[in-house]
Amino acid sequence: MDIAFIVAALIAVAATVRVITCYNIMHALLYLVVSLLAVAVVLYTYGAPFMAVLEIIIYAGAIMVLIIFFVMMLNLGLETAEHEKAWLRPRIWIVPGIFCVVLLGELLYLILQNKQPSAGIQVVPPKQVGMALFGPYLIAVELTGILLMAGIVGAYHLGRQHKKTVHRFLENNLNT
Amino acid sequence: MINAWWIIGGVLFVLLNTAAGLIWLERRMLALWQDRYGPNRAGPFGLFIVLADTLKLFFKEDWIPPFADKVVFVFAPAVVVASVLMSFVIVPFAPGIVVADLNIGILFFLAMSSLGVYSIVLGGWASNNKYALLGAMRGASQMISYEVFMGLALMGVVVLSGSFNLQQIVESQRTVWFVIPQLLGFLIFMVAGVAETHRLPFDIPEAESELVAGFHSEYSGMKFGMFFIGEYLGVTLISAMVVTLYFGGWLGPSFLPPVVWFAIKTFAFISLFILLRASMPRPRYDQLMEYGWKVLFPLSLLNLLVTAAIKLWLVTK
Repeated sequence: MDIAFIVAALIAVAATVRVITCYNIMHALLYLVVSLLAVAVVLYTYGAPFMAVLEIIIYAGAIMVLIIFFVMMLNLGLETAEHEKAWLRPRIWIVPGIFCVVLLGELLYLILQNKQPSAGIQVVPPKQVGMALFGPYLIAVELTGILLMAGIVGAYHLGRQHKKTVHRFLENNLNT
Repeated sequence: MINAWWIIGGVLFVLLNTAAGLIWLERRMLALWQDRYGPNRAGPFGLFIVLADTLKLFFKEDWIPPFADKVVFVFAPAVVVASVLMSFVIVPFAPGIVVADLNIGILFFLAMSSLGVYSIVLGGWASNNKYALLGAMRGASQMISYEVFMGLALMGVVVLSGSFNLQQIVESQRTVWFVIPQLLGFLIFMVAGVAETHRLPFDIPEAESELVAGFHSEYSGMKFGMFFIGEYLGVTLISAMVVTLYFGGWLGPSFLPPVVWFAIKTFAFISLFILLRASMPRPRYDQLMEYGWKVLFPLSLLNLLVTAAIKLWLVTK
């Protein structure tokens, strides 16, 4: 299990690095899908098969497909890859790089500081997840639902098109 | 308990042969329903047409268009076959004969079928061709929408059996097959299944009368063959899932072994798929989407709500 975890984690990190450094947006998105799949394997090795499958269904299977769908419609070709290349000059990397190194150092320090035995891995069945969601976390679930509903209503309002009168004659009549 | 490697090998062997055999079966049956002979020259009953077709595919020029995105272009056909074969991991063919007895069986199936969309989208995009791109767009929106109803229709079965595990779902159909209490769910699942495998009448991603060959216009040789085999594997998968979820899986009178019952039922649904192809006209793209979101979506929600309410009432009574 440890080897599976390490391999999946390495793939996730490598794929995520490629997401940032890739010039071609479609390839970057594909790396992101790979990274999500690797994270799903990590979740599985840590005893959360339910979470792992949801990660694939929702992130890799639905959200990423939608994003790729829109990128596909924008039809970004070689020109945009050139643009990206121009934007991502080495100088740009310095400041984010420093931030990341600081964060990494902090993380390593915290891990080394209190070295505790890794918690026993316990498989959580889907039923238990459901019981938790509709038991102690009921209000959180409901609030999330309301938030999502507000999002849908908002999106509908923004995307609504006013009814157009197609016929030239009718249009002229309306204007006068 | 049978060794897992034997099961994996057996499942792969049977599936790949079924997919190849379906080439012959589909042509013969279509011919039968259209009042002609179909392929009947090579070998007994024309069975060797499979061999001839495969040889033809292997010897065709394996062409990658210069304007295509090479890596993605090669990668896309593999995705469909891989994702469908992965789904078969959780199908129980008989008691104990299953590759992985997962607790989250149905969810795993949904996850894999949602990954199958990538093959169409990437294949269409990487071809860098207008027809392919249009086909890919249609395919993506069709498969994303129909996945929703597929998942919701399945939840009725989950509510009744109280488990995501397919073996337990089959076991809980000992008294009555779920097709009777879940008739609506079965119909929705079937329609969504046809749309997921983008078979006729829902083959608008490839719609040859308007889009040349849709998302696989630029593909030739064995790369096209992979899409082809992936489609037949998908048909087999949906038939096997329908049988497992709604028609009692391997259950049946004891004069035949359970695997045979499973095979017979699955074969019946595969034939239904082919009959659908022979008899239904293709809807327009917007009609398909409207039908999905305005008819199937409310119906599947209603089905889930009513099933859950009745189950709750029975439990508390």
